[in-house]
Amino acid sequence: MSARVVITGMGVVAPNGTGLTAFEESLRAGQSGIRHVEAMAEANFACTVAGVPQGVDALVDAEFEEDERLVMNGSHRYASLACLEAWRDAGLERPARDSETVDWDTGAIVGTGIGGMDTTAEKVIPLTNAGKVRRIGSTSVEQVMASGVSARVSGQFALGNQVTTNSSACSTGTEAIAMGVERIRRGAAVRMLCGGSEAATHYIWAGFDAMRVLNRRSNDAPEKASRPMSGSAGGFVPGAGAGILMIESEESALARGARIYAEVAGQGINCGGHRMGGSMTAPNPESVKRCIQAALADAGVEAHEVDAINGHLTATGADPREVGSWSAALGRGPGELPPITSTKSMIGHTLGAAGAIESVASVLMLAGGFVHPSINCEDVHPEIEPYADSIPHNLQEIDGMKVIVKAGFGFGDVNACLVFKRWDG
Amino acid sequence: MEQSAVMEGVVKILTPWVKNDEALKGVSMETNILDDLKVNSARLVDVVIAFEDEFDIEIDDEDVDTVNTVGDAVQLISSKLG
Repeated sequence: MSARVVITGMGVVAPNGTGLTAFEESLRAGQSGIRHVEAMAEANFACTVAGVPQGVDALVDAEFEEDERLVMNGSHRYASLACLEAWRDAGLERPARDSETVDWDTGAIVGTGIGGMDTTAEKVIPLTNAGKVRRIGSTSVEQVMASGVSARVSGQFALGNQVTTNSSACSTGTEAIAMGVERIRRGAAVRMLCGGSEAATHYIWAGFDAMRVLNRRSNDAPEKASRPMSGSAGGFVPGAGAGILMIESEESALARGARIYAEVAGQGINCGGHRMGGSMTAPNPESVKRCIQAALADAGVEAHEVDAINGHLTATGADPREVGSWSAALGRGPGELPPITSTKSMIGHTLGAAGAIESVASVLMLAGGFVHPSINCEDVHPEIEPYADSIPHNLQEIDGMKVIVKAGFGFGDVNACLVFKRWDG
Repeated sequence: MEQSAVMEGVVKILTPWVKNDEALKGVSMETNILDDLKVNSARLVDVVIAFEDEFDIEIDDEDVDTVNTVGDAVQLISSKLG
């Protein structure tokens, strides 16, 4: 069994593009997917913009039968579409629904940060409070159980290996991929659908608005609202969607002649323990540095070999500390730090899906030899100013790009980092 | 309401949950909902809620237990419609 793990398929449902082609076009063009959300305005949110994937209903109607559609909530719909795209992109045939064949070698780790809050808020609570429990019907449990999103996918693809849902706040999507890599490396699975999904519902976003961590200053200019690394960053913009990577043992990919996007060469996962500046809501800089360095060591990649960084970079006050942590982890100061970009500048913060959607973006950049613009930071934050030359305001083509690093950091002081490396055979 | 109209409504509500399309094509009052149409038993509660909404009736849990065939459902709904 080969120890190397490669990416053979991807799927994405993002606010600025549903499907790989549309998503990559938007990334290259610096196209924002942030829009006004009337439900937020009606509920008196301070922030009334969000990243909501478009055109999803028509795709779900086209791809899934009525009984499947009736049982899926928001995160299930996004995850199902992204998994289906990744499955096909990997060159695999969608199993017939009436087939009795189970794919024992393939599993899924599909995470979610919040879970089925739409179902809880729109169905379980109102009907329970109204004394109409029996009218909740049969589908609420499978929608609100944390593992509902991976359970849904397992039936669609007759998965017979490990199927689970991880949850580590905003590092969920990154962590899911890292966990899948571990499983394939030790020979417990051949292929894993890994990533994350998060629904578009203001009920999820309400708590963040109450915390005053959402940007309340750009409601009249939605596409300008997500401003990572800028001096005018006023908090993050919530988002929704799903990202999925089909990761596979190199041996299997080669044996079936699959197209290989890149190698997941290394991964790191840790926690800051809410110490040394870390807390429930802030990352311990030392743990961030250690997580990045652990991923690089796992990949056997030297810090000077990193060609680009896709940061966590949410547009909160944590951005300057994060850039400092990248610099410290790589031992590359101002003028030496590679291009550092934020996919969130275009899609907002998709919470449990963020690390996964942004990993799809990272692999597209590596495969396409480009770094997408990090938009809305014309006014670089004063503390990041020494690194200003590393921020791509426009599309950057990079010949011979070999390594891109993606990290995600979440509430609970948790971190996950992935090193994607060009696969040269 | 004509029994045929009730039957039509029952079949319409069952249709999305049916796993055996052949049995659905030959559906009759004797067709068993779980055994013939292969409807997932967990979804029967959603079917009953849909019956209530479609025909503007209330169906007790005890009544639900008596429904095995399409005909059982049609007769139950018809009795509620008086």
